[in-house]
Amino acid sequence: MKTGKAENRQGFFSGRDMGRAAIGKGSMEKTAMALLEIRDLHAAVDGHEILKGVNLTVNAGEVHSIMGPNGSGKSTLSSVLARRDTYEVTGGSVLFNGKNLLAMEPEEAACEGVFLAFQYPVEIPGIGNAYFLRSAVNAVRKYRGQDELDAMDFLPLYKERMKLLEMDEKFMNRSVNEGFSGGEKKRNEILQMAMLEPKLAILDEADSGLDIDALRIVSGGVNALRNPDRAFLVITHYQRLLNTIKPDFVHVLVDGKIARSGGPELALELEETGYGWAEAEQTQALSA
Amino acid sequence: MSSSTETIRELAAQEYKWGFVTEVDEDRVPKGLNEEIVRLISTRKGEPEWLLAWRLNALRRWFQMEREAGAPAWANLKIAPIDYQEIVYYSAPKKRPALESLDQVDPEILKTYEKLGIPLEEQKRLAGVAPTQTPKIAIDAVFDSVSVATTFKDKLAEMGVIFCSFSEAVKNHPDLVKKYLGSVVPPTDNFYAALNAAVFTDGSFVYVPKGVRCPMELSTYFRINAAETGQFERTLIVADEGAVVSYLEGCTAPIRDTNQLHAAVVELVALDDAQIKYSTVQNWYPGDKEGRGGIYNFVTKRGKCAGRNAKISWTQVETGSAITWKYPSCILQGDNSVGEFYSVALTNNRQQADTGTKMIHIGKNTRSTIVSKGISAGHGQNTYRGQVKILPGAEGARNYTQCDSLLIGDQCGAHTFPYIDVRNPTAQMEHEASTSKIGEDQLFYLRQRGLKTEDAVSMIVNGFCKTVFKELPMEFAVEAQKLLGVSLEGSVG
Repeated sequence: MKTGKAENRQGFFSGRDMGRAAIGKGSMEKTAMALLEIRDLHAAVDGHEILKGVNLTVNAGEVHSIMGPNGSGKSTLSSVLARRDTYEVTGGSVLFNGKNLLAMEPEEAACEGVFLAFQYPVEIPGIGNAYFLRSAVNAVRKYRGQDELDAMDFLPLYKERMKLLEMDEKFMNRSVNEGFSGGEKKRNEILQMAMLEPKLAILDEADSGLDIDALRIVSGGVNALRNPDRAFLVITHYQRLLNTIKPDFVHVLVDGKIARSGGPELALELEETGYGWAEAEQTQALSA
Repeated sequence: MSSSTETIRELAAQEYKWGFVTEVDEDRVPKGLNEEIVRLISTRKGEPEWLLAWRLNALRRWFQMEREAGAPAWANLKIAPIDYQEIVYYSAPKKRPALESLDQVDPEILKTYEKLGIPLEEQKRLAGVAPTQTPKIAIDAVFDSVSVATTFKDKLAEMGVIFCSFSEAVKNHPDLVKKYLGSVVPPTDNFYAALNAAVFTDGSFVYVPKGVRCPMELSTYFRINAAETGQFERTLIVADEGAVVSYLEGCTAPIRDTNQLHAAVVELVALDDAQIKYSTVQNWYPGDKEGRGGIYNFVTKRGKCAGRNAKISWTQVETGSAITWKYPSCILQGDNSVGEFYSVALTNNRQQADTGTKMIHIGKNTRSTIVSKGISAGHGQNTYRGQVKILPGAEGARNYTQCDSLLIGDQCGAHTFPYIDVRNPTAQMEHEASTSKIGEDQLFYLRQRGLKTEDAVSMIVNGFCKTVFKELPMEFAVEAQKLLGVSLEGSVG
């Protein structure tokens, strides 16, 4: 584990380089306005309330980790932020870069700079990775008023970033996620993130199903993409991911609310105590 | 109900873009079907006696079939009864050109093809092209019942390739026509084939002589224009020993609120070592959202690999028509011959398709491949029906079938009817089938990466059809992709 960590520091591209190329604006407003401002967010699925008043402020450059037991609403929160319409927002507000995120379609949110690395990336048979990603990059560039990239512009960038994620070039022409192993799928998510250069990257259980090597590569990729203009929301059940992706803040989501917030030490504490305390508090609160 | 499901529903709403009517004087025979009409058609076309006799025999058989069994009812299609006496069986633009030069074609008709993006003027096509360069496509344009223009005939003739309207072939190459007409699809083959044999009006004829590789794609563009008219074309393609030819077929029709009948017959003959590739993009008017109007497309297409090592390959993209009833098939008679069928069939709104193929293995070591992709949206009903038959003499025959269905929305249907009949124990058969739904998961994934819903659907559908599209000639493949996009536009907003 430790050697793995050391290697990824060496082997990876510099986050600063990527970051500058990536966004290049926005940091000026950082002090004036939070990148993401969630206020008293309530959300339900099939009439069943799952988020029960979430409050969270994320500034550019910060890494926040959302932890919590199964069923506490972690994935619901990431889905709502990515504007998945199977979740109904029943109250509260979310501002992203000062704009009302809850009024956006998923593709608008994506173009505004919200990226969700899926827990279970979806397969798209018959569509090559490179073709798909170039279409996505161009959709985002078009939205931002930039010129679209042709294959000649796109491929060198794509290949370079593939190399950094230790992905074989054969991936380019394979269908999106089709027949990929769990680790390959997760790496492909980080590759897409690297190409789409979001302002807010949400990682939904990025470590689930990963072996040590894949974990090293995935967290190395994330670390390399950290920069002052970009924020991360790392959603995870286990502490182990946070050994390699060091969060600035840790929040514990229990039954649809943030029960505790703290620094990285909170994750370590949870590792020892588990979520039992939180659930116990919950039960107490309910019975009282 | 989530909004992406609703948008999937809306995808069905796209309007048909080729639905205009051309104002042109028509020369048409009265409505109805009888011996007199058939004689009238034959006379109009100045046909020889033997062909009239052939037609009349077919007509008698058709009446017999209609009396005894009526139209075939085994297909998975709901069709309102068709009154065959209410149809006009022959309609031609009045200023019938002598076909010696394109200048004599009614300018309105030339304009029609221009609008459709089918260039008939050779000069224009050749402008700016070095004289040594071979043009890529020669076109035969069929307007209602007659062929109005065939391009690049002279160029092809230099190599001995005959490419002309069926009517001209009857006049100029009677021996070839006599030899092969009905040799693959006999007039009595089925109800619609018999009807076609009796009243067929025009179509294309191709003969590629021994050892000649046809230097360009040959193409026929069918356009139904006149109201209440049926189109009954007949295409015959013969590839002599060692010949190679690729043929494309496209079709459109105006928007009309009554149904129109299209009953075509296509016969292919491939002799020893010959190869025929036949590609279709069928985009007849599909009817409106509620299922009013649209073309009834009853087509018999069959190819015979008559010689050793012959190969016939069908590729079809079927996006139009209210009803599609069509089974492009291969008779693999020559040893080592190969038959292929690649199909994309899309039904949207109230469209119905019952389509597939028959692979009849007769010769030794014959091989066939079937890849069928059915896409259903709106209230569309899509049926794959395929038969693979291995006869006792077909030692070492092999078939591979892959049959996939994609559903968009929850009001449509996909159905699969494979018939497998193996009478030789050495045969190898493989059959794979799948049914999937464009999931919210896939759509959300693509949208989360910044793609609009429509583009996301189009991407998923094109990915699904990829193995078929790659069989199409390059330019056609691009067209087909666009066409699918258009046919699905609005079904996901």
